[in-house]
Amino acid sequence: MRVALFITCFNDTLFPQTGRAVVTLLERLGCEVDFPEAQTCCGQMHTNTGYRERGLALARRFEQVFADAEVVVSPSASCVAYLRENGAGLDGRLTELTEFLVDRLGVEDVGATFPHKVTLHPTCHSVRLMGIGDRPQRLLKQVRGIDLVELNDAAVCCGFGGTFAVKNADTSMAMLSDKLRDVLNSGAEVCTAADNSCLLHIGGALRHQRAGVRVMHVAEILAAT
Amino acid sequence: MSGGREAVLARVRAALGPAAEVPPVPRAYREAGALGARSDSAPADLFCERVADYRATVSRVSAEELPGALRAACEQREAQRVAVPAQAPPWTVDGVELVRDDPPLSPRQLDELDGVLSGCALAIAETGTIVLDGVGACGRRALTLVPDYHLCVVRSVDIVPSVPDCVAALAQVAAEGRPITFISGPSATVDIELVRVEGVHGPRTLDVFVVDS
Amino acid sequence: MRRNVGKATDTIRARRAARVAEVPDWEALRDAGAAIKARAMASLPEQLERLEAAVTRAGGQVHWARDADECNAIVGAIAGEHGAREVIKVKSLATDEIGLNDALAAQGVEAIETDLAELINQLGHDTSSHILVPAIHRNRAEIKLLFEHTIARGQDLGWEITAIAEAARRHLREKFLSVPVATSGANFAVAETGTIGVVESEGNGRMCLTLPRVLITVMGIEKVLPEWRDLEVFLQLLPRSATGERMNPYTSLWTGVRAGDGPQEFHLVLLDNGRTDVLADEVGRQALHCIRCSACLNSCPVYSRVGGHAYESVYPGPIGAILTPQLRGLEHAPTLPWASSLCGACYEVCPVKIDIPSVLLHLRARVVREYKSRRSPEALAMEAVGRVFGSQRRYEQAQKLARLGRGPIVTAALPGWSAMRGLPEVPEQTFREWWRSRPPRAAGGGAAQ
Repeated sequence: MRVALFITCFNDTLFPQTGRAVVTLLERLGCEVDFPEAQTCCGQMHTNTGYRERGLALARRFEQVFADAEVVVSPSASCVAYLRENGAGLDGRLTELTEFLVDRLGVEDVGATFPHKVTLHPTCHSVRLMGIGDRPQRLLKQVRGIDLVELNDAAVCCGFGGTFAVKNADTSMAMLSDKLRDVLNSGAEVCTAADNSCLLHIGGALRHQRAGVRVMHVAEILAAT
Repeated sequence: MSGGREAVLARVRAALGPAAEVPPVPRAYREAGALGARSDSAPADLFCERVADYRATVSRVSAEELPGALRAACEQREAQRVAVPAQAPPWTVDGVELVRDDPPLSPRQLDELDGVLSGCALAIAETGTIVLDGVGACGRRALTLVPDYHLCVVRSVDIVPSVPDCVAALAQVAAEGRPITFISGPSATVDIELVRVEGVHGPRTLDVFVVDS
Repeated sequence: MRRNVGKATDTIRARRAARVAEVPDWEALRDAGAAIKARAMASLPEQLERLEAAVTRAGGQVHWARDADECNAIVGAIAGEHGAREVIKVKSLATDEIGLNDALAAQGVEAIETDLAELINQLGHDTSSHILVPAIHRNRAEIKLLFEHTIARGQDLGWEITAIAEAARRHLREKFLSVPVATSGANFAVAETGTIGVVESEGNGRMCLTLPRVLITVMGIEKVLPEWRDLEVFLQLLPRSATGERMNPYTSLWTGVRAGDGPQEFHLVLLDNGRTDVLADEVGRQALHCIRCSACLNSCPVYSRVGGHAYESVYPGPIGAILTPQLRGLEHAPTLPWASSLCGACYEVCPVKIDIPSVLLHLRARVVREYKSRRSPEALAMEAVGRVFGSQRRYEQAQKLARLGRGPIVTAALPGWSAMRGLPEVPEQTFREWWRSRPPRAAGGGAAQ
């Protein structure tokens, strides 16, 4: 199967390892991966900050860049949700990574090995906006050696919210500190999620506290062998 | 104040624009009649359970046992003078003076009584709710409000399964403009540290008697 | 205060979840509730006229108020006609919104709050911090002391909550039995039958609605429901969402006046006060569907941390963030739409499915379009970043600059990031640089489709 990868501006610039993991994983599962290089950003940040015209223009640009792709896969549930919400879901051809694996490829065991204690933070946008359901959990459960532990108050927001973390820093940090406490109490070595935006927020705090817990995108765990 | 009327309606119309589409209402929830017939005994069981959850006392009695149950309850609560609606059935409770609301008792007179004994129009099993409709055995509203103790007789045949059943059954009452009161337990507040405190202004004690016919 | 609010929201949230889980057709009820409200708004002129006719037929008098001043004048005139020095009040957010108590005080009429929490706030010269439990920011110790200084002067109430509540009961009972004029709000008004509904817990509502001679109900025009049967939906949605109960203790439903039972004079004041402005916004108007259950407040991670006073409005929390700017005008509350991480927890619990996150985004766009300067640093930065994202070449250039801590992306991100903990590290190689560095694939590489 041929898939086009929408890496997202965030991952392209700050989390290239997630992109590398997605490519490794998809190729291992027999896909041929394209990367249309004209891609930039979906426009979510602009729309969320109130600059809707520009945000929508970027969504339209995304549609043009991927016009010829049969299937587009992205490791960012929030970008996928945003594009769908704004009529740029490519008539169903755009999918988020875990959706692609479970629904399109029909696999839950992706041949991964990751013998570590891991907890999953279910991001607000993936769960509430995109309806990711339990796809990440189902995929992670099949990883050899993994010890998946519960995260207390998992569904509560980490406080990132894009510009929210900037404009309401105090409240955002208060929410983050509760999330951090729950991550540390879970006993996990790794905190994972389907969105790197949350992991940027959580990971920053974990590093700051020198907690010895790291963050990894779900793709990176699924790519591990 | 007709100036206000025309102005507000004009603003509403302007806000909606020329052809505001009026959407239909999907009613896929359990409607009246969905949960089985009224003669089913299950509603009465559920009703008793739910009323007890609100910390009202509920007893199930036959028509013959009712006077004795009422007497025992009044004795326990030390209620000696109890109001009854003007159109109430000819209840008798030994040892208790039933003060008929005819001519209507003043609020202060009601305040001085030990309790009120009423029937109800219907009751809702799912929520443990008693419904009064301002006539007959229900009495006028002040009667079941001011005294601190409310004894309520509920005929099991008047218990309906759900809220939609109740609302449907009250359609005629509403059309006639009769006042309706839903009572689900004694009065309560959770305003102080979210601890539910029974009894603020309404009757603080509610004893319910479900009579099987 | 933060601890009180946090604990309160946790508790109510758990109760609500339990009571909702019991109801097998909860989603269908939400769909019906949302549709009934949408229908009511879309046919609002007709519904208001029907309501007026039905209430009038039943012996009530209907008044219309364009704004707060007009509403206060109407209520004040009625109170004046009856020579009232005091009126007893059932809690009503609409009357808080218009500042009724102050308006009445200006004409020498004392408005006495009878809800325990409202009484607490009134005695403490405080404002509400939560729609449903307005004095939750005060704990029992504070309330006990407050009462001992005011309504229970010279008494030692002890520390039991029941004793504290008893002090309120004694104080107010006297008022209920003697004050001839009362005001209330309304949870619903059924256009078909003219029935007005008040949902409550303490019994002070029943007292105010039944004992006085004159009743004045102030109601926002958005509270009208088209049909009697619509109540079957809301009487399920509201108690479970609000207090996590199957049914609240008392619901009173009345129509006009009834000889020999209750007030012999009934006035319904229909209030606009900005609601038609909300109605005019096709996306924003769903904020008018709100049934004031406060489920959104209890699920909001922002509200539970900042509390109600931070919203500076009668309507706090998520619903407040979308209602207040529209009611008062965006220029009066321009930052509220940003007081959210858009987590969507509110939308999940809203019994009438108000899409609060979408309305927040919509209002953000309106504020930027209608009130923000195009030359502000933020606007210029967003414009620059927008241009960058519009072109592959500029984008890749900006990525390289970001690695050096410079360029338009960094300029846009800097104010916020430095306020927190410094810029995130930008890796040595972007994803696309890695992609380009891969050896070319063998012809026909990759498994066959």
